[in-house]
Amino acid sequence: MADYLLIESRDPFETNDVTYYYELAANLAKAGNKVTLFLVQNGVLAARRSQRSDGVAGAAKAGVQVLADEFSLRERGIPRDRLVTGVQAAPLDVVIDQLAEGRRALWH
Amino acid sequence: MADQKTLTFVIMDPPYENARTTTALRLMDIAARRGYNINVFAFEGAVCVPFAKQTPHANAVHGRDVVEEDHPIPKDWVAAVLEQAERHGGKVDWVQCGLCVDERGVGEWIPGLRRGSPADLVKFAETSDNTLVIPTK
Amino acid sequence: MAKKILQVIETAYRGTLEEQDDTVVWITHAMKGAGGDLHVLLRGNAVNYAVTGQDASGLAFGERKQTQPPRIDQDLAKLVGKGVDVYVVEEDVAERGIERTELIAGVKPVSRTGIPKLFAAYEQVWHW
Repeated sequence: MADYLLIESRDPFETNDVTYYYELAANLAKAGNKVTLFLVQNGVLAARRSQRSDGVAGAAKAGVQVLADEFSLRERGIPRDRLVTGVQAAPLDVVIDQLAEGRRALWH
Repeated sequence: MADQKTLTFVIMDPPYENARTTTALRLMDIAARRGYNINVFAFEGAVCVPFAKQTPHANAVHGRDVVEEDHPIPKDWVAAVLEQAERHGGKVDWVQCGLCVDERGVGEWIPGLRRGSPADLVKFAETSDNTLVIPTK
Repeated sequence: MAKKILQVIETAYRGTLEEQDDTVVWITHAMKGAGGDLHVLLRGNAVNYAVTGQDASGLAFGERKQTQPPRIDQDLAKLVGKGVDVYVVEEDVAERGIERTELIAGVKPVSRTGIPKLFAAYEQVWHW
């Protein structure tokens, strides 16, 4: 089994293709891998509780650690109490932590 | 440094056109603060990020002169990352993809970077602890 | 008399940290200042620009700190203050989980079905 870092910079409102990425994260987790889905830039728009946050919520339910860049959240005026269940705010440093760990790292 | 890592970043976006440029530099800055060695392969439009002739300007819409506006100049952000790395004992090896530079006519860049080719990226991938590709879209 | 132009803005946060603003909101200000009669429709992710409390401060690279972060909600409020109509697509706001009370004062909601009528009120529609 391997550890994965999947960075999602895009959002489900503008890009249908994020569905593929959320599902990829969930499927990698279901296959027994340790997976972090890190939302950054407009990717954090999916973290605000809304009609389109089911994708990231679903990934979290599947065992993916779903994190949202604190700066990107603040930049967009999304406070922590508005995050969908299963998503936590985190500093971008986590990406460097996990790169340094040697996780397979993918940017979408 | 026992826990000194080497990370490689591949970037493709030109300055000012996308949030990816800023995020990539944020990541490099974090790695630099930790004293990591950082390899950067600047590919396609990203070869314009450290272009030496970028200059700031005033902004009448914001009501600020050139000093007050303090407009971000990406080449200065790159220089700041290089300085950050040096302060913390890490090295930055920033390679500008040569053909990308030629076709864009941006052969002047800040000190401390070098011209290279995909062969450099092969070497980076082989010798670093991890590689993150940040593609353009 | 200037042509009445509607600027439709849908892309959000594309290079706003480096530019310290949104480039279309910026040019709307500049063109208004030059005598243009421009108004704005925010749709898609750009509806988030009207959310109050956005804070992009604190960006730094080494010792180089950004001293003038973008303040896009305030830039839009200034447009409203200059007499620019700033519309926001209601459904796009709602589907992003944004409450109406979170939006800056003075933005005018329009429904998706109301967009054709809105367009009809302008001589030109510039879709950025």
